[in-house]
Amino acid sequence: MSNQNLSPTPASDPPPRHVPGSGEARRHVLVAVVNNRPGVLNRVSSLMRARQFNIESLAVGHTERPDVSRMTITVRGDDVAVEQVSKQLYRLIDVLKVQDVTGERRIEHELALIKVRATASTRSEIVKIVELYRGRIVDLGADSAIVEATGTEDEIDALVALVGGFGIKEMVRTGIVVMLRGSAAVEVEGLAEAKTEEVS
Amino acid sequence: MFVRRATSSEATGDENDEAPDQQMTMTSRPSGHVPGAGTTAAAEVEHARSRMLRDQKPRGRTRIGADVVCEALLRQGADVLFGYPGGVILPLYDVFGDYPDLRHVLVRHEQGAAHAADGFARATGHVGVCLGTSGPGATNLVTGLATAQLDSVPVVAITGNVPAALIGKDAFQEIDITGITLPMTKHNYLVRDADELPRVLAEAFHIARTGRPGPVHVDITKDALQQETQAPHPTDGEVSAGLPGFKPTFDGHPRQLKMAAQQIDRAERPVILAGHGILVADAVDELRAFAEKAQIPVAWTLLGVGAIDERHPLAYGFMGMHGWKHVNRAIQSADLLIALGMRFDDRVTGKVSTYAPGAKIVHVDIDPGEIGKNVAVEVPIVGDVGRVIAALRPLVAQRRAEERRAYFDELAAWRRESEASSWHGSGAWRDGLLSADYVVNRLGELTGHEATLVADVGQHQMWLARYAGFRRPNSHLSSGGLGTMGFAVPAAMGAALGRPDHETWAVCGDGGFQMTLQELATLVQDRIPVKIALMDNKKLGMIRQWQEIIYGGNYHSAQMFGPDYLKLCEAYGIPAFKASTPDEVDPAIEAARAVDGPAFVWFEIAEAQNVFPMMPAGKGLSDLIEKWGGADE
Ligand SMILES: Cc1ncc(C[n+]2csc(CCOP(=O)(O)OP(=O)(O)O)c2C)c(N)n1
Ligand SMILES: [Mg+2]
Repeated sequence: MSNQNLSPTPASDPPPRHVPGSGEARRHVLVAVVNNRPGVLNRVSSLMRARQFNIESLAVGHTERPDVSRMTITVRGDDVAVEQVSKQLYRLIDVLKVQDVTGERRIEHELALIKVRATASTRSEIVKIVELYRGRIVDLGADSAIVEATGTEDEIDALVALVGGFGIKEMVRTGIVVMLRGSAAVEVEGLAEAKTEEVS
Repeated sequence: MFVRRATSSEATGDENDEAPDQQMTMTSRPSGHVPGAGTTAAAEVEHARSRMLRDQKPRGRTRIGADVVCEALLRQGADVLFGYPGGVILPLYDVFGDYPDLRHVLVRHEQGAAHAADGFARATGHVGVCLGTSGPGATNLVTGLATAQLDSVPVVAITGNVPAALIGKDAFQEIDITGITLPMTKHNYLVRDADELPRVLAEAFHIARTGRPGPVHVDITKDALQQETQAPHPTDGEVSAGLPGFKPTFDGHPRQLKMAAQQIDRAERPVILAGHGILVADAVDELRAFAEKAQIPVAWTLLGVGAIDERHPLAYGFMGMHGWKHVNRAIQSADLLIALGMRFDDRVTGKVSTYAPGAKIVHVDIDPGEIGKNVAVEVPIVGDVGRVIAALRPLVAQRRAEERRAYFDELAAWRRESEASSWHGSGAWRDGLLSADYVVNRLGELTGHEATLVADVGQHQMWLARYAGFRRPNSHLSSGGLGTMGFAVPAAMGAALGRPDHETWAVCGDGGFQMTLQELATLVQDRIPVKIALMDNKKLGMIRQWQEIIYGGNYHSAQMFGPDYLKLCEAYGIPAFKASTPDEVDPAIEAARAVDGPAFVWFEIAEAQNVFPMMPAGKGLSDLIEKWGGADE
């Protein structure tokens, strides 16, 4: 190490190099537009698993074009790690577009079905709460009711907390889907032309 | 394209008068590493191929899926393929006879087929093709596909699968092979309908070689291979149009190029990190011109060996875990790293937090997924590394070496010091046996640094990269990312068939050689002139080294029995030579070179020699171990 002094790097230890992904984690919402082909969901989820990206929710369905699906994926991670998610997703041939919409103005809704215990005496109270939260009762049984609710995750959490007092027998949530507000849209270059062609 | 096949079933006689230069019209193939245009031999092969492409073969039968596969291979210029038959792929073997210009090499294990396709691709720059049957045939290919995936090698693997109606029924030799290959290929397909085969195969080749190359797997059901079809092959335009999600970026963004040029002009201690991308992109000339203009020393990764002629004044050396100390030192004291087609693998960086602490980083890669993955970078540039450096060169200031005198003098001093403490002068003898570094050095010398040297995995792989002295791009092939033992012999098989104009050597450890030695029979049967250099330390040497240094000398399972390799080769009918003393080394190498066909040299090397320096796992580039127990390398 005799030549160490020749090096112009300062004698004091330099700060450690930033390791990607070591920043503060937060929730991100990604939209992935993909070919609607068998196995595409598997490709996406396999990649997320293999690279240890933590999916909080993933909702998928086809778009206005039956050959194109759209996934809404919520993940936790620092900004760099989440940027990696989209870059890695782009490696998949069937992925047409990935957009992080976390900072965008958007509608972000999920749907929940909640089966609550509902006796003759509690029924009307449940209905009131559900109406207040713009949910609706979609099924009534002798001792239960199915509540359908759509809204943000927070809104649904709040409703779940309220009806929880009556006893939840069963619940299922779809995970959120998002759409940008106003005229903004998650658009795939090159695919738009095909779209107008189809309409005309 | 391929200059000429070594022992090909020669393209047949009757030439017609079509000019060889019209032949690329059928399908556009990039030129690859082979200087195809211009040589008579290359023109001959192209000519024969184009004639064959235009002539519809009188089959005397209907066209079936298996014919589509053969046609597609020929259209893609994939005239050599490596495979192994089995029940569901037999329909394809049944028609091979109708395509005499397809040369099928029957391997002894499907792993060999995949590595051979890989070696072919690495040596030529063209897509390598391997074949296997369903179930065990397909799973045997998997290690080779993973090897190609981690080293970005364009390979198309074709497997048969059970008839579509039986898929999902746990039929005989049915396995969810596309489920298995999904995470280790660039893309994969399951084809159940012969009408889809032309599109799928064209896409497979296009994807394998375009952008960042990689393996593509096409699994075809037996009934699709047998199904009658009239589906036409798509044009290149149709192929791209059908892949809206696959649009690699080739040109660097002008703003990023400008930022990079500013950083480069400002840097006082810049280092270029040349990776495999330079070779993949055929950017060796661009790299040299760029380095010369800006006067920047070039370090290389394991797969970047050959990116610059090692004799070039700016060629500084091999970096990383077993790289040269002076190179790692230069990286650690750099103020700018210009990373060209490399991916900051952990073998290159060591602990990221202490990596190149004073350096800004310009990172050029065609795969955006590599940028910011392992290290944070200041200037990312997505694009083809050749095009990016070509665009960057006019933007950077012209420098003269004198302007960097102090820096270069310091680098030279470091280099002298690190080379002196390593093999130079350590001689040919070690512990009464051969010193490994001496042997690989002689191999480089005697082959004029022109041969293709294919490494297996272990200590000898590192010695080869360090001491053989590489001058020509793609003359060094090595399984870097996956580190697959057993790679060398089959990969050399592919390399030799792809580049018969270059002498090809597989440099193996005794451990790795014993993993795929069954391919000796393939070398003989197909008369493939691979020379094998066995670096026999009678050990899993790299394991022994780790056990010595990291596991307190607990040598469990490092000792390894091997056969009498002369008798082994005799059994296969391969001329073999043995060298146990320094004066036997040169004659043995020359004797093997003189053999017309495969040959073998058994080097008995020191049993306890270590590769130094060594960066212990989890440590940083400045924590190199250079000696152990008083012994240096
Ligand atoms: C298929 C496979 N299995 C295990 C390893 C782990 N490994 C890396 S180097 C090595 C020893 C290689 O021994 P040998 O081929 O004799 O080469 P040497 O190190 O002695 O030169 C082993 C077992 C590997 N890289 N690949
Ligand atoms: Mg060994």
